Amino acid sequence: MIAVPVMLLLLWTVVFPNAAVIVGSFENGLEHWREFAASPADREALRTSLVISIASVFASLAIGIPLAFLLGRFEFPGRRLLRAVATLPAALPPLVGVIAFLFLYGESGVITRTFQSALGLGEAPWRLQGVSAIVFVHAYTMYVYVFLFVSAGLERFDATLDEAASGLGASTWQRLRRVTLPLLMPAVAGSSLLVFMNALGSFSAPYIFGGGLRVLSTQILASKINGAMGLAYVETTVLALSAIAGLLLFRWIDRKRKYTLASKGGRTRRVIQSRRAQILTAFAAALIVITLVLPHLMVILVSFARDGVWTTQVLPPEYTLENYRRLFSEPQLWRPITNSVSMALIATAANLVVCFLAAYLIVFRKFSGRRLLELLVALPWAIPATAIALGLAATFNQNDLLSGRVLLVGTFWILPLAYFIRDIPLVASAVEGSLRQMDPSLEDAARGLGASWMLTMRRVILPAARPGLVAGGLLAAVTAVGEFVASVVLYTHANRPISMEILAQLRALAFGTAAAYSVLLILLVLAMTLAARSFEERIA
Amino acid sequence: MTAAPGARKGDDGALALTGITRRFGDYTAVDDVSFEVGRGELLAVVGASGSGKTTTLRIAAGYEVPDSGTVTLGGADITNVPPERRGFGMVFQHYALFPHMSVAHNVAFGLEARGVNKTDRLEKARQALAAVGLQEAGDRAIQSLSGGEQQRVALARAMVIEPRALLLDEPLSNLDPTLRQTMRDDLRAMLRRVGVPALFVTHDQEDAFAISDRIALLKLGKLLQCGTAEDLYHRPVSREVASFIGRGTILPATDNGATASVRIGPYTAEIPVVRGDSVAPRLEHAYVVVRPDALELVGTDDTRAWKGRILNRRFAGGAVMYRVELGADVTVEVESASGTAREGDLVGVAPTRGPFPLVPR
Repeated sequence: MIAVPVMLLLLWTVVFPNAAVIVGSFENGLEHWREFAASPADREALRTSLVISIASVFASLAIGIPLAFLLGRFEFPGRRLLRAVATLPAALPPLVGVIAFLFLYGESGVITRTFQSALGLGEAPWRLQGVSAIVFVHAYTMYVYVFLFVSAGLERFDATLDEAASGLGASTWQRLRRVTLPLLMPAVAGSSLLVFMNALGSFSAPYIFGGGLRVLSTQILASKINGAMGLAYVETTVLALSAIAGLLLFRWIDRKRKYTLASKGGRTRRVIQSRRAQILTAFAAALIVITLVLPHLMVILVSFARDGVWTTQVLPPEYTLENYRRLFSEPQLWRPITNSVSMALIATAANLVVCFLAAYLIVFRKFSGRRLLELLVALPWAIPATAIALGLAATFNQNDLLSGRVLLVGTFWILPLAYFIRDIPLVASAVEGSLRQMDPSLEDAARGLGASWMLTMRRVILPAARPGLVAGGLLAAVTAVGEFVASVVLYTHANRPISMEILAQLRALAFGTAAAYSVLLILLVLAMTLAARSFEERIA
Repeated sequence: MTAAPGARKGDDGALALTGITRRFGDYTAVDDVSFEVGRGELLAVVGASGSGKTTTLRIAAGYEVPDSGTVTLGGADITNVPPERRGFGMVFQHYALFPHMSVAHNVAFGLEARGVNKTDRLEKARQALAAVGLQEAGDRAIQSLSGGEQQRVALARAMVIEPRALLLDEPLSNLDPTLRQTMRDDLRAMLRRVGVPALFVTHDQEDAFAISDRIALLKLGKLLQCGTAEDLYHRPVSREVASFIGRGTILPATDNGATASVRIGPYTAEIPVVRGDSVAPRLEHAYVVVRPDALELVGTDDTRAWKGRILNRRFAGGAVMYRVELGADVTVEVESASGTAREGDLVGVAPTRGPFPLVPR
C-alpha cells in the first residue's frame, strides 16, 4: 500500500508545521493573542492586508474583463500583438515585476523623471508608495488570471444565447447585463479568488513599496527578526485563517450557482467599422502593449547600466556588459544562480514523485483516506507562503526524532522543502487532470494481460500522466527558481537564491547587477519553458 | 460442491462460478449466482443495467473478489488469484486500447508482460492481427482505427496471450447497427476457434441469441435462468424471464396440468402448455406467456377466439403487428401475415399456435 507513506509524508510536511504554528501561538496561553489584539500595528496590518487584497481583486477585474471582451469579441488592427503580450506580466517572477516598476514609476524611475522634467517640477510628481502603489503592481501582475478565465469563458459562451436574447428584443446593454455577465460569473468568481489569495499572501510589493505601511506578511517577518516568535505565530495563524475564510467565502458564493456553461462557442469577432473607432482602439491597443512590455524592456535596459552612475538622469547614462561579466566570473555572484537552479530541480523532482503517487491514488484508488489525501494535496494552496515558511521555521529547527522534528533551518535543505510544499497543489492538480482523462479500464486491461504493478505504472499510467507531469513540473520549476516569499524567511547566506541576491543588490543600489540577475531569471524561465515544450513535442 | 444449473459436467478446463455473492455496502450486486462455461462454449450473461452482470464478469476476471462463493477453472480454485496471474483474455466495453502505443504494441503488451523478447512478441502480434483480418494495421495509431477495427485489435490482444478463458464486456455495444450484424457472426466464429470458455456480457438479447450457446439471465443480482436461447424463449421458468426475453403478454391462467384455461370477457380458452425445468407440475397462481406469433387474427364470429378491438397497426417487414384490446386492461400483440385489418376494427384473437409457456407468479 503506497497510500500510507504518501499520506505520512504530506502530514509531516504540510500539516505538522502549520499545526506547530497554531500550537506555538498558544504557548503562553492567550498572552500572544492578547498582545496581537492590543497592538495597533497588527490591527492595522490585518486591515491593510484585507483592503489591499480586495482592492487588488477589483483592480484586476477592471483591467481583465474589458481586455478579455476587447480581444474576444472585436477585430481591430493590432489585436494579435495585444493578445500575444496580454499574458506577459505572468511571466515575470514576482520580485522582478516589483523592481521593474521601481525602475519605471519609482521616485527616480524613467516615467516619473520624464513627467517631472516635462512639467518642470522640482520633485517627483508622485511617490510609488503605500496601498495604491501595491495595488498598482498587483493589478499589473494579477489581472492575467481574470483575463485568462474570462477569455476562456467567452470562448465557451454559446453565441445562440446572445442571439436568442436579441431575438426576444433585448438591447446590447440588457444582453450584457442579463445574459453575458451572469453566465461569466463562474470565471469571474474563480479568477477573483486567485487574485485574492495571491494578493493576501503577496510579500514583495508590500516589502519594497510599503514604506511605513504594515501588512500581515511583512509583520510576520518583522516579528521573527525581532525574536518575537509567539507574536509571529499569532500573525501567521491570522493570515492563514484570513486566506481560508476568503476561500470558503468564494466557494459559498460559487455554490449558489446552479448552471454550467456547457456548449461550444463558435462566434466570430465583430470587425470595428467606423474609422474613428478603429483609430481609437488601435491607439488604445498600442498603449496597452507598451505598458505591458515596458517592465520587461526596462529590466533589460537597466541590466546593461553601469552601477552607481545612474542618479538624476531620466535614463541610465552609461552602458556596459560588466554586470553580466561579473555574474559569470565572480564566484560570490555566481553562487545564487547555481543555488536557485539546484534547489528548484530538487524540489521539482520531489514534487513529480510525490504528486504523481498522490494523484494516482486520488484518481484510481478507492480507500478510506482518499478525501483526506485530496485535502492534504490542496492545503498548501490555501496557506500563504509566508505562513508556510514560518511553519517550517518553527518545526524543523531542532533534531528531535520523537516529535518528528529534524534540524533543517540554517541548512541547504530548508528551501527545497519550502519550494516542494508550495508547489504540491500545482503539480498534483496538473497530474490529476491528465490521469482523469485516462480510461480507468486501461489499468485493468494491463493487469488482465498479466502486467505487474511496476510494468503497469511504467507502460500505462506514467505515459497517461506525462502531459500533466511535464506541465506541472515546468510550473513548479519556474516558480521555485524565482521564489522569494518563503526564501526571505528561511534563506541562509550559503543557500541564498537569486531573488535574495536581487534584493541585496537593490539595497546596495547596484541596480545594474540586480537587473542582470532579473534578466537571467527571465531567461531561465524561458529556457525551461522551451525545454519542456520540445520534450513534449519529441514524445508526442 | 453442488453442480451449477446448466453445467456441462466433467468438462476439463471449464470456468465455473459457484454461489457467488458480492455486496457493496447495503447493496447486493450479485446474489448467489452459479453457472459453468465449458471449453469452446460461449455463454452470454444477459441483464438490464444494475442486474449485476458486469460485477459477475469482473469477479470471473479477478478484478473483484466475491464476498462468498468460488471461481474455479478446470476444478482449481482461482477465487483469490489476481487478474495479472489468471491468464484470461478480456475485451473491455470501450476496448481499453492503450492510446500511446501502436496497434502492434497494444497486441504485444501481454507478451511483454510475460517477458517474451521483442522480435518474437511482435511476430506473434502480427499473426494475431492477421487472424482478425488486420494484418496491415500493426504500425497504425489507435486513434486512426474505426470502432470495428478497435474491437478486432482488442480481440487480437486478448487472444495472443493464449488465454485460458475469454471474457468480453458488451463487445458489440459500441458498434453501429450494420457493423453489429456482421460482427456477431465474426465474433462467434473467432471465439469458437480459440476453444476456451468464453463469457460475454450484454444487455442486448439479440446479441446473446446470435453469439452464444447458452444464456445466463440476471436480474437485480439474481440468476433467473441459465439455458439455451430456446429454453429461455419457449420454456421460461418465471414471469420475469418471460417478460425479459422476447415480446409477449403474460396473462393469468388456471393450471390444468397439460393445459390451462384463460378467460377474457365471455370466452375461456383451453390451451396446451409447456413448463420450464423448475416449474412445479401444478401451480396455484399460474400465468401463460402469449407471444405475438402464437396468436392469430380471425373473424369476430370465430368461436375459438377472444374478442377485441385493434388499437394500433404497425408494419414490421414480413408481417404486420397489431395491438388488440381484449378487455378493460388486457392488451395483446398479434403477428399477422395478411395485414388487411385496420385500426379500430373489431376482431377475434385465437390462441392457435401453442404450446404456451406456463410460469408461476
